[in-house]
Amino acid sequence: MHKLGELLAEDREPAQGRRGFLKVSAAWGGGLLVSHVFVDSVSADVSAAANPIDPKTAGSAPTMGLGAWLRIGRDGSVVFMMSQSEMGQGSHTGLAMVVAEELDASYANVNYEQAPVEAAYFNPRYIGLNGGQGTGGSSSISQVAPVLRLACAAARTLLVQVAAARWGVPMPECSTDASVVTHGLSGRRFGYGELAEDASRLTAPEKPVLKNPADFKLLGRPMPRRDTPAKVNGSAQYGLDVILPGMLTAVVARNPVFGRGYRSFDDSLAKRAKGVAAVVPISAGIAVVADTFWRARSAREKLKVDWDATFDPAFDSKHLSATMESLMRTPGIVARNDGDAQAAFAQAAKKISAVYESQYLDCSPLEPMNATAWVRGDRCEVWAPMQFQSRALSAAQRITGLSPERITIHTTYLGGGFGRRFFHDFVEQALEVSTALKKPVKLMFTREDDMTHSFYRPASRNLLEAGLDEHGNIVSWRHKAVSKSILGFLWPERVAKTGLDGTATQGASNLPYALPNYQVEWVPLVSPAPVGIWRSVGDSQNAFVTQSFMDELAYAAGKDPYEFRRALLEKVPRLRAVLDLVAEKAGWGQPLPAGVFRGIAAVTCYGALAAQVAEVSVDAEGRINVLRIVAALDAGWVANPDSVRQQAEGGVMYGLSAAMGEEITIAQGRVEQTNFHQYPVMRFPQMPKVEFHLIRSTEPALSVGEPAGTPCVAPAVANAVFAATGVRMRSMPFSKVPLRRA
Amino acid sequence: MISLRTNGKSRRVDVEPDTPLLWVLREQLQLTGTKYGCGIGLCGACTVHLDGQPVRACQTPVSAAAGRRVTTIEGLSADSSHPVQQAWVELQVPQCGYCQSGQIMTAAALLHEAPNPSDAQIEAAMAGHICRCGTYPRVAAAIRWVANRKGG
Repeated sequence: MHKLGELLAEDREPAQGRRGFLKVSAAWGGGLLVSHVFVDSVSADVSAAANPIDPKTAGSAPTMGLGAWLRIGRDGSVVFMMSQSEMGQGSHTGLAMVVAEELDASYANVNYEQAPVEAAYFNPRYIGLNGGQGTGGSSSISQVAPVLRLACAAARTLLVQVAAARWGVPMPECSTDASVVTHGLSGRRFGYGELAEDASRLTAPEKPVLKNPADFKLLGRPMPRRDTPAKVNGSAQYGLDVILPGMLTAVVARNPVFGRGYRSFDDSLAKRAKGVAAVVPISAGIAVVADTFWRARSAREKLKVDWDATFDPAFDSKHLSATMESLMRTPGIVARNDGDAQAAFAQAAKKISAVYESQYLDCSPLEPMNATAWVRGDRCEVWAPMQFQSRALSAAQRITGLSPERITIHTTYLGGGFGRRFFHDFVEQALEVSTALKKPVKLMFTREDDMTHSFYRPASRNLLEAGLDEHGNIVSWRHKAVSKSILGFLWPERVAKTGLDGTATQGASNLPYALPNYQVEWVPLVSPAPVGIWRSVGDSQNAFVTQSFMDELAYAAGKDPYEFRRALLEKVPRLRAVLDLVAEKAGWGQPLPAGVFRGIAAVTCYGALAAQVAEVSVDAEGRINVLRIVAALDAGWVANPDSVRQQAEGGVMYGLSAAMGEEITIAQGRVEQTNFHQYPVMRFPQMPKVEFHLIRSTEPALSVGEPAGTPCVAPAVANAVFAATGVRMRSMPFSKVPLRRA
Repeated sequence: MISLRTNGKSRRVDVEPDTPLLWVLREQLQLTGTKYGCGIGLCGACTVHLDGQPVRACQTPVSAAAGRRVTTIEGLSADSSHPVQQAWVELQVPQCGYCQSGQIMTAAALLHEAPNPSDAQIEAAMAGHICRCGTYPRVAAAIRWVANRKGG
């Protein structure tokens, strides 16, 4: 039986036919897309010349391919390839707006279809060994859209070129708007549909000129989302909703103890249960396969399994603090080292130190993990709500033995992602069952399966030590963090040569504040707990740790927390502006009603600039009531400002829910929380008022989904609780910190 | 065989009587708009109407629905014209959308009972729903929007 580590080892081997390529072909092709990056291709070369007419959009309007990304029909309709997953962040609508803007096409006539998993559609964020097409790191607009814009700008140029040639006029006399090229002086016009066929035969310009964001007509305007109508009438198809003819449903019995297998099992009763088609051992456990989910789940209860239940009690949560404490006192891998933080600390007039802790968290998207796979002799199809299509494809190649052109990956809507669906365990498990049975199989996790077999935001323990001079200025800042490595566990090829896992120290080693002597070290924790991506990753704990500690320094210096931060942001005027905006909108410094207190936080996260003020009251029982969050974001230019607002509102909820009461604990080698009664996520009555302010900008687009709401809320609330009670929240969840007044 | 009247249509399904209504809707009837989130009645994603009252379909054995009127999200209106659906679009409530079928069904039942609900009534009705995307502020605003439109 495979252990998870063995499966992952296979991912480290170079893919078949690996080559880097910089493709600038005579035909209009991938050169536009990869003009500045080397890509390792794991799949068939993107051949832009072969443009199959999509039977759905054909009819009397055959489509002409304009490179890998775009097709334009004779009727002027535009279809672009959608490489990004839609998990609620509005990527589908945002990218449709990007195409309409850069192409100067009529937005109503821009549509999209699923991109195949090919190098042309790789996310620049994930270039590298077995990297590729994925949705994560808040990159759909900030990193994928620029590639799409180049394709659209090139297409627009060629359309104008064709029109100008037909008219015999210089190109600069032509303009584009709403899918029409116009020659201003004569008033002559061609619709894009009349030009596309000729345009598709031309060579794309190597450096197409992109629109200036100051000239955007569509981007930056709030737009109703394209997926909303289907999401209010039950017709939107998520992974769990896929139904295929003859499909079977599988649920897997898994050892509750991490990384352990079984010695033997008796499936005689399970096999005889109603509706059961097969019992299939797979890498993750034992799959029970039936005609319906309920029958599979009922039959699984009849399996008798002799699990290997050995575990190491040292990894129980009750020992975690002590284990991490001793690691915290050992030297770590250096993530930052400016000046001489140790010497400056020794000489400081005032020395402040504190230990901060954060908990394991589960993403818990509401749609549990699932995937549907159909492996036939010579081909394979996968349907799943996923965030990393390239890894799903690689897994399919490895498990089925088929080559990439025989494998089709379909991405459904995701019922939430948050980073959990970035790892493709559910795809692998479905593939294994379908490969064994040669039937379409939907593999479903129950909520219990999901919560106990997840990839958790790593817990951390952090030693913060800072020195102030006699004027209250920071002269030294040291941060030693202990946590288990996400990259070491899931993508070891991305660990730096020094051994540093950058995801552990993001938000700690790249602080925007002026820190003259600044040292950050990270000590990896060895533990069997499976860890993974959780919305904003390392920033999710480091924003809490560093913005709470900075607040401690402000108080130690006798300074206002807002002014203290502001003075350290002279070199980062964009963040200073965001901080000023929340302070202004929250009325920082103005009187509050009795019993209400404020806290503030400001961070950079994935390049974006975010700040929040929290208004909080604490009752005599020690219950924290978060009344209002005032949030601001500078993310450069944005596609759909209403989607950004949704991310701020939702991100605040997500971060606050985790900070207030979520915790995954481990005992006897297994996760103790099995469902929402033991993992209390935030509900309607606990939601604070959120007032969001977006900085309007023409600067390059920055990340939105993670920075907009999540990182700042925990420290802003913790700092408000301090103002209210004099108690420093040095641990998350806050429910663990007693606040009841004696 | 159990006879179910769902969204105005009668169907006979061959299932064990203790099969939760949720799974009969999704698998035998292929009405996948009603969602599974937790299976223990805590998240609200499976909310349907039974004789007009909101119930958690994961906690309702199909035998208890036999002979009664079942309404799912697909049957709330023929064309997304229910005021709650309109409000959800107008205010752009859904993000991932997975919890929204359940929330819409609960909101529709609430507004049927109380066309101008107080904040406390809205909170009590909607507290049973988990939304991991954090759409709660917009859910509140959309319910208020429907109430105001009706002149409540």
